[in-house]
Amino acid sequence: MPKDAPRRWDRRMQQRLAHGEAAALGELYDRFASLVHSLAHRVLGDVAAADRITRDVFTHIWENPEAYDPKQGPLRSWIATLAHQQAVQRLRRTESAALARGGAGTPEELERKVRRASAAARADYIVTAMPAPLRAALELAYFQRRDYRQTAADLGVTEDEARRRLRLGLQLLSTAYDTRDAHGTPDTSSPADPTGPSGPSGPSYGAHGYGRTL
Amino acid sequence: MNRPGLPDPYDPYDRGGEGVGGGTGRPRIPAPRVPAEDTGAPLPATAPEPLVLDHPVLKSLLGAWALAACSPAEAAAVEEHLGDCGPCAEEALRLRDAVGLLHPEESLDLDPGLRTRVLASCLGRRPPRVPLPDWAAPYDAETARLDALLKDIGDVEWHAPVRLRWFDDDRPVSRKTTVAGVIAHLLAVDGLVATALGLEDPLGADAAPGLGPAARTEAYWRAAQAPPTRAVREPWRDQTHELIRTVSFAGGGSGRLPVPYGVPPDTTTAPGDAAPGPALPLRDSMLERAFECWIHAEDIAQAVDYPYEPPAPRHLHRMIDLAARLLPATLAERRRAGRAPAGPPGRSLRLEVEGAGGGEWLIPLDAPGTSGSPDGEVAHVALDGVEFCRLAAGHVSPEEAAAGQVGDREAIRDVLFAAASLSRL
Repeated sequence: MPKDAPRRWDRRMQQRLAHGEAAALGELYDRFASLVHSLAHRVLGDVAAADRITRDVFTHIWENPEAYDPKQGPLRSWIATLAHQQAVQRLRRTESAALARGGAGTPEELERKVRRASAAARADYIVTAMPAPLRAALELAYFQRRDYRQTAADLGVTEDEARRRLRLGLQLLSTAYDTRDAHGTPDTSSPADPTGPSGPSGPSYGAHGYGRTL
Repeated sequence: MNRPGLPDPYDPYDRGGEGVGGGTGRPRIPAPRVPAEDTGAPLPATAPEPLVLDHPVLKSLLGAWALAACSPAEAAAVEEHLGDCGPCAEEALRLRDAVGLLHPEESLDLDPGLRTRVLASCLGRRPPRVPLPDWAAPYDAETARLDALLKDIGDVEWHAPVRLRWFDDDRPVSRKTTVAGVIAHLLAVDGLVATALGLEDPLGADAAPGLGPAARTEAYWRAAQAPPTRAVREPWRDQTHELIRTVSFAGGGSGRLPVPYGVPPDTTTAPGDAAPGPALPLRDSMLERAFECWIHAEDIAQAVDYPYEPPAPRHLHRMIDLAARLLPATLAERRRAGRAPAGPPGRSLRLEVEGAGGGEWLIPLDAPGTSGSPDGEVAHVALDGVEFCRLAAGHVSPEEAAAGQVGDREAIRDVLFAAASLSRL
């Protein structure tokens, strides 16, 4: 497949959505629903809430296909960003409401919880988006409990290379904790987010950790 | 990704606590890892000599250390080093925290009904300029459901044996294949619709024309050098998407376009003659393909031990309706073949299908092309909708179909056998 084929698919999909093709919406859902749903579920820990985020994200895309800018990154990143932001917004909203009703906890704990959920969701995405050799090394060392020498042997690489992949893989993963917003505001959009509840159409999909070339 | 069922000291969910480190500035000592004696790799000595390693090596070990994937001697050397080296200690903490973010992939099955709800909500907010014809909706839904199942199954399960069953000559027959073989079958037969619409034939441009569903399947299976694998999923799914897209652009009116189902092998036709073989209008053909997709998805689900639900009631209703509409011609065929006696004209059978998606149909017994008349009703059969579909798929025999029956037993038997003979490979 030529290197730019995925980009072409993204642009084509955008055109079809803009044209109002119901079949394109179905294909979009088939390709990205599990990404959106699992991200939302990772943040919110609740299937019904994740279902609702999934509906909102696809509705937003279907109503605003032009909001996607192929120059800013792959469609997948844009959709992941939308899902992440909407899920985090929702978590913050429901947790703040619970706090306001006199629920247990402090605003600091709420922030920590939001930050943790946000990082967990981003980490999932980073793992799926990282280069396959790094993912394979982590898979062996963590899930299969192989040490780095065995990992090297399994992958047919030198021990140096196995150590390098494990370290690099974890380094990438650790960026899930980073606040990626260039403006220094928290990565989790506040309820007063000017882009509104239906999600942002801001220029950079990298702002939430979904757009970097890994 | 499956991990052993051991408690994992680095998994925050196992620990039930917060992130590692807790801001104390000093990394925890890793818990002893489970010995990997099953690997045959040399195991580290139990009482390691203190290792002397230089800084670049120690740094390169940080990832392996955080994952508890180095030898005890190396781990000790790294930990020793972390006390002296600020940058390494910082990175070690960071990487250790990152390990806490790893977790087994949750295979959280998406509710298949969610797709319908989400798409309906979208289309309600912004009506499509190119909608799906409503007769294509069951195919759209069933292919999406099957694809979701396929997405979830592992490499090995693609080779799980599946026995395809149908009725031939009023007798149950079966054919052994695999999960991947079933998808190849669906791909090959969906190709009938694809070629009728002018799309590419999955059998290739030089495929023999006029092949029916079974012959197409055999040809596809034969042409493959190796047994089909999970690689068949993509061409199958691409073709389903392409079909849905094409019929959407063709519009609802294209539903009358004939889809030939091949020329029966005993028919001798000069090339170029009008195809005398069986055909269905596109709208029924898409419904028939949706039905097959569901039935084979059930075969697959059973083979890999997954739960699988019947179609949405309104889709099931359309499938039952199609079978009911095909029955009169099938009955006539059975008569011509001498499998059933002819009766006095004007008789009809009331087919009552219970459960979600059910309804009532009056089947004319002696005159295909007419509609059944309540005055001529000679028998009444009642059975469950899913049961009726399994009968029509040849998955339960006419004798076993749990039917409530009143009236002419011969007519009832005839209709149930006709329903079973709708099935094929």
